[in-house]
Amino acid sequence: MTPGLNAVPGIVAVTLVTVATLAIGTWGLRFSRTTSDFFVASRTVRPRLNASAIGGEYLSAASFLGIAGLVLTFGADMIWYPVGWTAGYLVLLVLVAAPLRRSGAYTLPDFAEARLGSRSVRAVCSLIVVAVGWLYLLPQFQGAGLTLRTAIGAPTWLGPVIVALVVLANVSSGGMRSITFVQAFQYWLKLTALLVPAAVLLVVWAGDRATTGPHGQPADWSVPLAPGGPQGLYVTYSLIVATFLGTMGLPHVVVRFYTNPDGRAARRTTLVVLGLLGIFYVLPPVYGALGRIYAPELAASGRSDALVLELPRLMVPGLAGELLAGLVTAGAFAAFLSTSSGLTIAVAGVLSQDLTGRTYGGFRLRGVTAFRLGAVLAVLVPGLAALAAPDLGVARAVGLAFAVAASTFCPLLLLGIWWRGLTDAGAIAGLFAGGLGSGAAVGWTLLSRSTTGWTAALLEQPAAWSVPLAFVTMVLVSRLTRSRVPAHTGRFMVRLHTPEALELDRG
Amino acid sequence: MSEPPPPERVRVAGPPRRRTPSARTRDIDAETRLGGMYMGSLLRAQLRLALGILGTLLATVGLLPLLFHLAPGLGTVHLLGLPLGWLLLGVLVYPLLVLLGWLYVRRAERNERHFADLMGGEDR
Repeated sequence: MTPGLNAVPGIVAVTLVTVATLAIGTWGLRFSRTTSDFFVASRTVRPRLNASAIGGEYLSAASFLGIAGLVLTFGADMIWYPVGWTAGYLVLLVLVAAPLRRSGAYTLPDFAEARLGSRSVRAVCSLIVVAVGWLYLLPQFQGAGLTLRTAIGAPTWLGPVIVALVVLANVSSGGMRSITFVQAFQYWLKLTALLVPAAVLLVVWAGDRATTGPHGQPADWSVPLAPGGPQGLYVTYSLIVATFLGTMGLPHVVVRFYTNPDGRAARRTTLVVLGLLGIFYVLPPVYGALGRIYAPELAASGRSDALVLELPRLMVPGLAGELLAGLVTAGAFAAFLSTSSGLTIAVAGVLSQDLTGRTYGGFRLRGVTAFRLGAVLAVLVPGLAALAAPDLGVARAVGLAFAVAASTFCPLLLLGIWWRGLTDAGAIAGLFAGGLGSGAAVGWTLLSRSTTGWTAALLEQPAAWSVPLAFVTMVLVSRLTRSRVPAHTGRFMVRLHTPEALELDRG
Repeated sequence: MSEPPPPERVRVAGPPRRRTPSARTRDIDAETRLGGMYMGSLLRAQLRLALGILGTLLATVGLLPLLFHLAPGLGTVHLLGLPLGWLLLGVLVYPLLVLLGWLYVRRAERNERHFADLMGGEDR
C-alpha cells in the first residue's frame, strides 16, 4: 500500500495518541520525586485508577490485533487466549495478589530473595524476568511496525522506532508514577477504539444479513478445541495451563501489585481488573467472526494480524470507514505503547537493581540514573530484534512468554507463598527445569515450524508438561535439602498472610 | 469546674491499627506452638477458599474442551443465534470469572476479619 489520502486518519490517530501519551506522562512527572515513585509510584495508587492502569498495561498488541486474527484463521479454539488471559487474573487474585503485596518487595527477584534469603535465587529470577520481558516486548514492537504499515503505508521499521522512543521518554522521565496515569487513560482509549467500530460493524452486518449469512463455515470453526483429536485436546489444555498460570509470572503484571497501598486493596484492584478485561475481551472475537464473512482473503494471504485495522474500511465505505479505521489505529498504537511501557518498567527495574545499579570499580550510578540506563537496555535489545526478525505471529509469541512465565515464576510464587518447605536449592532447580524446558520449546517454535504430530504439539505448547515438571522438581529438591529451609520462614508467612492492621512482628 | 482534657493528639501515619497486643499476637510473635496453630488456621482457611474457587473454575470452564472433545455434536448446536462454543467462551465465561472473583474477595476478607477478631479477642 502506498501512503495516500486514506492515510490521513491513521497519521492523525497515531500522532494524537503519541502526543497524549507524552502529555499525560509529563503531567504525571510533577508527582514523581523519589526512587520509590519511579519503581512503584510510592505505593499509593487507589484500586480504581490502578485497575484501569493494569488493564491498560495488560491489553497488548496480542489482545488488540492478535486474537481477532487468530480467530479469523483458526476459529473458536483461539478464544481460549482471551479467556485464559482473563482467568489468569482470577488465579492470581485467589492465590497470589494479597500475599505478594504484603511481601513488601519491589520486583519478583526481590520477592524470591526476601522469601528464600538467597542471592543466587535472586540472580536466576532476574535472568528470567529479563528473558520473559524481552520475549514479550518483541511482538509489541513488531505489531507497531505492522500497524503503521497497514494504516499509513509507512516502512516496517518506523513503528518499532516510534514506540521505543515514546516509551523511553515516558518511562525514563516519570517512572511508575506517570506511567500509571498514561496506562489508565490507554485502557479506556483501547476499549473505545474497539467498542465503537464493533458496534457500527455489527449494525452493518445486521443490515447485510439477508445476503451474507454466517453459513458456509467449516464445521470445526465453531468448536472451541484445537483440531486433531487427542492432540488437539492436549494443545488446548496446554494453552489453558500456560495462560491461567502464566499471568501471575509476567514481570509487568507483578510489578503493578506493589503499587497498591495494602493487601486488601490489591485484591479489590484485581477484582476490578477482572471486570475491565471481561468487557474488553468480548470484542476481539467479534472482529474475527465478522472477518470470516467480509475479509476471508486476509487469512488466506497470511495477513490476519491486520484484520482489526482493515475491517472497518472493508465494511464501511467512505469517510465513516476511514474515521473508524483511524480509531482502531489509535487503539492499537495505545496497546503497543502501554504494554511496552509496563514491560520496560519491569525489566528496567530489575536491570537497574542487578546490573546498572551495581558498583563497578568503586563507581556507582545514582538510583534514578541506573533506572534510566536500565530502561534503555530494556528497549534496545527487543527493538533491534524486532527490526532484524520482523515476522512472528503476534499472539503466538506472547503465548510463548506466558508458557515460560507459567513454568518458572508460577511454581516459585505458589510454593513460596503457600508452602513453608521451599528451599533456595529447590527453587533454583525448579526454575532451571521449567525455564529450560519451556525455553527449549520456545527456541524450537521460533526456529522451525515444519513438523506436525505429537513432537510438534508438545514443543509448541509446552506448558502442560513443563509446569508440572517445575513444580515436582521444586518440591523434590526442597525435600532433599530440608536443612536449608530459611529460619525466618515462619515470620515471613505472618507477613504474607496476616492483615496489615494487626500488630504483629513481620520480620 | 475543671477544663475538659484537650483531645488527644492523633497522628495519621497509616491505616488504623488495632492497639491490642493480646496474648495471641504475642504467641505468634514468639512463634510458639499455639501461635503456629493460629497461623495454620488462617492459612488453611484462605487456601481452602482459594482451592474451592479454582475447583469451581476447573469444573466449569476447565471441562469445556473435554466436553467438546467427547461430544463433537455440540459444535453444531446454536443457542440465542450463536454457536454454543462461541456463546460459552466468547461471552458467558467473563461474568462467571467476575462472580468467582467477587465471592473470593468477600470470603477472604471475612476470613481475615475472623482472624483479627481472634487476635484482638479477650485474653485467656
